[in-house]
Amino acid sequence: MVTGIIGQKIGMTQVFGTDGAARPVTVLKAGPCVVVQRKQADRDGYEAVQLGLVEDRPARVTRPVAGLYARANVPPTRVRREVPLDGRSDAPAEGEQVLASLFAAGEQVDVTGISRGHGFQGVMKRHGFGGGRATHGSMFHRAPGSIGQSSYPSRVLKGMRAPGRMGGDQVTVRNLRVVTVDAESNRLVVTGAVPGAAGAYVVIRRAVAPRREPAAPPVDEKKKKKR
Amino acid sequence: MKAIEAVEQNQLVERPDIRSGDTIRVHVRVTEGEKERIQVFEGIVIGQHRRGTGSTVTVRKVSFGQGVERIFPLHSPMIDRIEVVRSARVRRAKLYFLRKLRGKAARMRERRRR
Repeated sequence: MVTGIIGQKIGMTQVFGTDGAARPVTVLKAGPCVVVQRKQADRDGYEAVQLGLVEDRPARVTRPVAGLYARANVPPTRVRREVPLDGRSDAPAEGEQVLASLFAAGEQVDVTGISRGHGFQGVMKRHGFGGGRATHGSMFHRAPGSIGQSSYPSRVLKGMRAPGRMGGDQVTVRNLRVVTVDAESNRLVVTGAVPGAAGAYVVIRRAVAPRREPAAPPVDEKKKKKR
Repeated sequence: MKAIEAVEQNQLVERPDIRSGDTIRVHVRVTEGEKERIQVFEGIVIGQHRRGTGSTVTVRKVSFGQGVERIFPLHSPMIDRIEVVRSARVRRAKLYFLRKLRGKAARMRERRRR
C-alpha cells in the first residue's frame, strides 16, 4: 500500500468537539494522485512510488519526463513526490490512482511541506534569542551579543547561530489527527497547523511514530436546530 | 475558500438574529462531575465578532452590583439555545461605554423589532 498522498494547503478554521472545545484544524486538498513511476529494490535499490498530483492546469514537461508519463499512461503533472510503501499489501501499478480515502478519520499523519519564507531575520526571531532590555539605558536590544572567545580559538565556531534567511525550509509536522476524510471532493481535515501558506504543496503520510494517547473526542456533526 | 466553507457548513448552528443592544438569555450546558445541567446567563449584548464558525457574542450583566461579561462562541455545542428578550435602540456596534455607566445611566431605549 501507498503510505502517502500529495496535497495542497487550503487554509485553517476551527471545529467543535463533542466536549464543546473548539479545535484548530487545517483543510487540505489531498489528491487525486496517480502513480507515475514505481521504484523497485532490484532496479532502484529501494521500494517506493512516485506520485503525481492531478490538477486542472496541465504541466509542460521536457521530452525525457514526458516519456516517464507516457509509460505510466497518465497526463503530465506539475508536482511529483515520492512516497514509501508499507509492504503489507500489493504495491499499486504505474498509472493507478491514489485518493484521500487512503486515510481514515482518527488516524495520525505526518505532513511535510515548505515553510513560509520570512526573509532575512535577526537572531531573536530566527533562533529565539532573548535579546536585551528595551529601556533603562541598556543600549543592547536585539543584537546577537558575543559570538565567541578571543585569541583562542581566534575564529567563530561552525554552526554559530546568526541572522540570516528564515523559513522556506522543508518542515515536517508529525502526528496530526485526521478529523474528516472526504474522498469524493478530495478533502482532508487535520488538527493543527501545516507548513507553508495557503496553496502550498504538501505531502501527507501515515505517521511514522504515532502517539499512543487516546484519540481526541470525535467532532460533533450536529444537526441543524431551529430556534 | 470553498472547501473551508464546506467544512464549516455542518458546524454552524441556527441561532436567532442577534444585534448589539439586545438583551439575550443564553442557555449554557454546564457539566458538574457526571451530571449536566443548563445554566442561564441573561445580559445585554455589547459586541459581536462575526467570523463564521468562530463567531462570538459578548454579553454583559450586572450581578449583585458587580459587572460580569462573558464571551460565548455562538456555534458551540455547549450553548443549548439563545433567546432574545428585549432589544434596545443603539447607535454603535460595540457598547463598551456601558462599562462605565451604572444604574439609571445604563438604561436604553427600546427598539421595535421588525
